[in-house]
Formats: sequence, structure tokens, C-alpha cells
Amino acid sequence: MQLRHIVSLLTCEILSGEDLLDLGIDCCFAADLMSDVLASAPNGALLVTGLASSQMVHTAEVADLAAIVLVAGKRPENEALAFARQRKLPLLLTGLSMFEACSLLSQHGLRGAVRKE
Amino acid sequence: MDRDSLYRETFPIKGDDFERGGEVATRVKALLQQLGLPRDVIRRLSIANFEAEMNVVMYAREATLEVLVFPDLIRVQVVDRGPGIADIDWAMQEGHSTATEAMRARGFGAGLGLPNIQRNTDEFEVKSDAGVGTTLRYAVHTTPRPKEG
Ligand SMILES: Nc1ncnc2c1ncn2[C@@H]1O[C@H](COP(=O)(O)OP(=O)(O)O)[C@@H](O)[C@H]1O
Ligand SMILES: [Mg+2]
Repeated sequence: MQLRHIVSLLTCEILSGEDLLDLGIDCCFAADLMSDVLASAPNGALLVTGLASSQMVHTAEVADLAAIVLVAGKRPENEALAFARQRKLPLLLTGLSMFEACSLLSQHGLRGAVRKE
Repeated sequence: MDRDSLYRETFPIKGDDFERGGEVATRVKALLQQLGLPRDVIRRLSIANFEAEMNVVMYAREATLEVLVFPDLIRVQVVDRGPGIADIDWAMQEGHSTATEAMRARGFGAGLGLPNIQRNTDEFEVKSDAGVGTTLRYAVHTTPRPKEG
């Protein structure tokens, strides 16, 4: 699924990565707990999260995630946004809840990330 | 650490500095990318570094994270000044944590950090001295070796 499809599906505001909307995404990991993301999200995954702190973007950076959707109308902290822009990491905002966002993505064919052992 | 490293660099980490927590891991990632290491090696080291860095931010006063580059492995040591870990076996279990609600609100403190570091590294060692601090040493091999098991 292209990032631009995710943007329109979840009516996202694009805070970072406007020029990366052609990016293809094939799986998704949703969590507020960054240790869970670091333990289980495969590289290239879309991160769906309610965590607005700078650790959310650092997590995506160290785990090689493709993009971040911040749910429930939350705004990222300033350092988080600055870091996402600096590292060219797409950061999207949606007013949808975590559940609504994930179920829409799933209905449109995005699969969940397989848990690594 | 008996052999000479090809390159080494030390990064300071400040305790309680949540705003910056993760910056060292991302700076080290950029360094590892410059060294042209395989993507998977960079990812595993970066995850370990980030968890180690957040532990310093959450539990210790200050630390240095040192990266040592060898021909066949990257070694990292994180030496902190802080309370130390009273019971290392307990702390190594998944889900065991003394984190506060405020720490969990930043996405950490589920008791997965040390297990995450161990899982992502080929060598791993924790030492603690009560009231003095904690030292983590870990390494990721950069040339493929047969895995046991
Ligand atoms: N550098 C450290 N200094 C003091 N205590 C630590 C340190 N790192 C870890 N600990 C202790 O070990 C526990 C488990 O650590 P970890 O596995 O990273 O999980 P978490 O950080 O989520 O609690 C922590 O809750 C803390 O009590
Ligand atoms: Mg931890």
C-alpha cells in the first residue's frame, strides 16, 4: 500500500515526508510501548502509535520503520517533529482512534507485522 | 577488549533527560552507517543502544556509551554512575521493571529493555556495583558466523 493511500484512507495531516508519499508499505505494527516496537516490529513496517514524545521517532529511526501514524488527534512534541523532518521520516497525524485507524488499514489489505521470536 | 580497536568513540548520556533520550542511539546509528556496516547489524546495535540509553535516562545519573569497532565485531560498553541493579537475574526477566508511570508514559518501562538488548546482540554482559553504577557490555558480530542451536 502506498503511503499516499494511507494518507487519504485515514485523512492524515502530513507533518513530515511530503515528498515520500510514493513509498510502499506492506505491514503495520501498532503500539504505545516503544520496547514492544523495538522487540517485535520488522523493518519497513508502518508504526501506528498514540505516543507523541521524541522516543516515538527515535524508535522508528533505530528500528528502520518506514513511517509513523500518530493517532487520536495527538500532536507530536517539538523535538519529535524536528527529528522526523531532519531524518526524512514520514510523520502523519490522524484524528481517528488507534482501533479505527488499524481496522481501516486492515480492511484495505495492510497486514499486521509478524511477531519475531 | 584485549585487541586494539580500529576506531572508538565515546558519547555522554545524561540521566533524567527524557527529551534527548534516543539521540545517542541515533547518532551512533549514523556513525555505523558511515562505516558501511550491514543493515541488520546496524539495526540490532541501534535497538540495543536505544534500550541501554533509555535505561540510563530512567535509572542512572549519567553514563558514557563507548563504541569500539573491530574487524569482525562492534563492541559497545555503557558505563553509568547510578544506583546499580540490585538483582540482575530479576531485572533480566521480561516484564520485570521498577519504572514509574511517568516512564511508561514515554513508551518505556515494560521490563523489556535488557531482554531486548540480549536478544539483539551476540555477546552480552551486565555488571553492577550497588550505589556506584551499572556496566553493560555487548557486541554484534559483523561477519556472519555459524549460529549454534
Ligand atoms: N542502568 C541501570 N541502572 C539501574 N537500574 C537499572 C538499569 N538498567 C535497568 N535497571 C533496572 O532493571 C530493570 C529492568 O530493566 P529493563 O529490562 O530495561 O526494563 P525497563 O527499563 O522497562 O524497566 C529496571 O526496571 C531497573 O529497575
Ligand atoms: Mg529499560
